[in-house]
Amino acid sequence: MCLAIPGKIIAITEQLDETFRKGKVSFGGIMKEINLFMVPEAKIGDYVLVHVGVAINVVDEEEAKKTFNYLKQMGEVEELESPDSTNL
Amino acid sequence: MKFLTEFRDPELVHEYVAELHKITTKSWTLMEICGGQTHSLVKNGLLDLLPEKITMVHGPGCPVCVTSVSVIDEAVWLAEQPNVILCSFGDMLRVPGSKKSLLEAKAIGADVRILYSPLEAVEIARKNPEKEVVFFAVGFETTAPANALSVMHAAQQGILNYSILASHVLVPPAMEAILSDEANTIDAFLAAGHVCTIMGMDEYYPVAEKYQIPIVVTGFEPVDLLQGILMAVRQLEKGQHLVENQYARSVQREGNKTAQATIQKVFAVNDRVWRGIGSIPQSGYEVNEAYRAHNARIKFFIDIPFAEENKECISGDIMKGLKKPKQCPNFGTKCKPEHPLGAPMVSSEGACAAYYHYNFQPEESGSHI
Ligand code: SF4
Repeated sequence: MCLAIPGKIIAITEQLDETFRKGKVSFGGIMKEINLFMVPEAKIGDYVLVHVGVAINVVDEEEAKKTFNYLKQMGEVEELESPDSTNL
Repeated sequence: MKFLTEFRDPELVHEYVAELHKITTKSWTLMEICGGQTHSLVKNGLLDLLPEKITMVHGPGCPVCVTSVSVIDEAVWLAEQPNVILCSFGDMLRVPGSKKSLLEAKAIGADVRILYSPLEAVEIARKNPEKEVVFFAVGFETTAPANALSVMHAAQQGILNYSILASHVLVPPAMEAILSDEANTIDAFLAAGHVCTIMGMDEYYPVAEKYQIPIVVTGFEPVDLLQGILMAVRQLEKGQHLVENQYARSVQREGNKTAQATIQKVFAVNDRVWRGIGSIPQSGYEVNEAYRAHNARIKFFIDIPFAEENKECISGDIMKGLKKPKQCPNFGTKCKPEHPLGAPMVSSEGACAAYYHYNFQPEESGSHI
């Protein structure tokens, strides 16, 4: 659960105020709603490192892809699909 | 080197390993802090690639492993209250409390839900105004901003049926506690990359100076770990004790300021009991006064008696770097992932589970999975 997984911002979905900036982030095709509060500089198309639903850093695209492939190969991206998260 | 071809950048892995063998002249003991690093070291077979003179010991950086029995009891108690939905990261469910685990509470009817993010718990609270929703907020500095954000989020939207049971732990005070133990033999630390993505590196300079010990901020992939080990051993061989950053692609010296501000807004530093290690002063976060309405301990008047830890589990010695998992008499016999005696056998980030899955043949002890 300490893992941070890189994904690509596909859309900004909500911007009620500062705290509520949210975006749709793709993790190799798995889409999640991610909070973007901690990365005010991040734009659509950027890659962000995401930990438990919150983006903590903007990362380089090539590095992000390599890291994601590594995590996927190691079977470490399953936490994106926690059983009770799917039908909130 | 059976795994070598499977690595990302196998040439680099090869190069770092060769260099390590070349420069290592003395025996050194290195501790990696983060459970994710432990997992990666063991799972990728990296320990077998290192020179014999280098010993890796596995630190306390697994939140599942260090959450005290009493706090598990608090979570179980909360889950068993009528009208409460207790939400948690999945890893916490199987950790034994003094009487039962959250999974056992769930099996007899408690509403315990496994979530990916604390922000989802706020959403559950919004949709279920007649219920009390509690998020079991464990983790190191990496997870603190998300948990803090969930509280800010709930407060801003007036979602008063949301609270958290905070059991946050901090890396630098734990490093100091480990180094202050006279029995410790640690020569260098690999600091946890994602913790530093949030907190930056400034906290580590005084530790490196005071204990004259190299600290290398390191990532968790095989190439990162080997490079981090190489940087630390280079320093040791030269008699240096610097703070270095192997993981510059994710860590800036000042960390993520917004995340730090979020933590400060919601949490206050407090003393915390670490499972296996004991109380460490100023080593955790609790919800601060301003957000007390979202502190489950206050809201539910939790008053759980202090619970003793299982004496058969030597996890404290393992997380302090004094012993390795296979030195525990219960490893793989009385203690297995299916029936863990201690927390490090539960989580995949726990050292015992990592060795059990990737560095152990059950026949060694005459038992079978
Ligand atoms: S093997 Fe089990 S009992 Fe022994 S230290 Fe690890 S978790 Fe504790």
